[in-house]
Amino acid sequence: MKKLQLEICCGTTCYMLGANRLLNIENEMPSELRGKCEVKALPCMGLCNDKELAGAPYVKLNGIVIENATAEKIYDKIRELLEA
Amino acid sequence: MIDGSVFLRRELMIRFVRAFYNGSLETELDRFPVEMRPRQDHSSRCCIYHDRAVIKYRLMNLLGFSCEEETDEARTLASYCREAMERKTPADVSEKLPLSVCEAGCSECPSSKVVITGNCRGCFSRPCMYSCPKGAISVVNQVSTIDYSKCIQCGKCTAVCPYHAIVKTTVPCENACPTGAIHKDSDGHTRIDVSKCISCGNCFAKCPFSAILERSQMLDVLKALKNGEKVVAMVAPAAASQIAGTIEQLFTAISKLGFTDVIEVALGAEDTTQHEAEEFRERMNAGEKLMTTSCCPAYVEMVKKFLPEFMQYVSTTPSPMIYAAERARKDIPGCKVVFIGPCVAKRVEASRKNIDFVLSFEELFAMLAGKNIDVISCAPWQMPRPAAATARNFARSCGVTEAVIASLGGFKEDFKLDAKAINGIDKKSLSMLKLYASGKLPANFLEVMCCPGGCVNGPCSLKK
Repeated sequence: MKKLQLEICCGTTCYMLGANRLLNIENEMPSELRGKCEVKALPCMGLCNDKELAGAPYVKLNGIVIENATAEKIYDKIRELLEA
Repeated sequence: MIDGSVFLRRELMIRFVRAFYNGSLETELDRFPVEMRPRQDHSSRCCIYHDRAVIKYRLMNLLGFSCEEETDEARTLASYCREAMERKTPADVSEKLPLSVCEAGCSECPSSKVVITGNCRGCFSRPCMYSCPKGAISVVNQVSTIDYSKCIQCGKCTAVCPYHAIVKTTVPCENACPTGAIHKDSDGHTRIDVSKCISCGNCFAKCPFSAILERSQMLDVLKALKNGEKVVAMVAPAAASQIAGTIEQLFTAISKLGFTDVIEVALGAEDTTQHEAEEFRERMNAGEKLMTTSCCPAYVEMVKKFLPEFMQYVSTTPSPMIYAAERARKDIPGCKVVFIGPCVAKRVEASRKNIDFVLSFEELFAMLAGKNIDVISCAPWQMPRPAAATARNFARSCGVTEAVIASLGGFKEDFKLDAKAINGIDKKSLSMLKLYASGKLPANFLEVMCCPGGCVNGPCSLKK
């Protein structure tokens, strides 16, 4: 099966607001999710340029944007895509 | 994940910088509290109005004022902003403190105490009762009860209860403070005692309400850069552990902010190593028994305030920051220098030692974020000469010792090196120092780092 593409925004805003903690996500995943994703750090995706900053840190999973990304949110999305 | 306090602090910094670059800081500041906590929104504290008040005080600190300076509650942020824009130099923290308690944010946590929770099952064994050295626990109506007139808060009962029913509550700031500088005044308000505070930043890092604020100089740096002044950024070696991308990419990113030059503080660490090794050799050959490092400003401040007779053992070699500034001023005469690092105590040292500004790593990254500069998209910076690996390692515990040993290595010594380290200052460190001074703990070279693990784990580190 083709791996899911997990892209973590490492633009400075996202990095400061939590992306730095997500870079190591592969080693922290529950075992059933491990190996299902290819994790990549990306330069700023330009999503944080709204005045509110409200969505940072941003992550994309197979192109789907996850706002205020946390490990749990990412796991849920991975499970959702794996089941579909 | 980063926690709510850290998120709010950083979010505010980024908004602040964006508004500065948009030229709308003065007009926007008073809108921030409302925009960030609009009427329909959730609140983090009791209500949005409380949240807004705390945001206002945080912005005051970002402008370089401490909450304690407030004399007029109705004064607008725009008015503080005008004053900040007009001042020529940032607030002096050499005698005042860089840290202050934001009363509106402080939860005024009840004093530390041992409490029996609802999990108590009134068991037959009653290990709590039997383990209490003061006979303070008895069982009333099938539930253990503490007589607080006898309890000495030793916590022995908390360890023996098989139901984990007894807990010792703590006051995080007081618990984190190594010198007992933070306490409640008679009105129950938390205060920092200037005569005891060593600006280590532990309370700042540990308060779950994020009520300890740091007086910022970021606006002063932004102003200097905007006015086209010659400013050299001196980046502490702890930076390497903070970033995505390389240190060379980070330097390019920093230069894009408008700094005239970017240099490694590790170059100054090379000078410190060399001089400290020489000083150590001289002292040992003169028959002295102990020398300690001096590059951690919180440690030196602790000795000055609590153990002045120990100062004779502290190395007189200047810190890497001071040597780096000398280099910068030699290369670019008339320049201003800004130290960028993870440390609160450096703000005090800088203020006393003629360093123009200090920025925390968080503030630096907020400036980069506010100007949309992406570290990992930057080309590598051409360093005229990368600093020695041993000097870059100063930011880690035992790094200074290793550098000094390496520097001593080429000589045949008539004394034997016995290096020890205090890795993280806590409430017991003062007695440790006394033991080293009296010779009860053997060592002739002692490295002291206030933050466990070294500067890489500093209170303003991005890793937090």
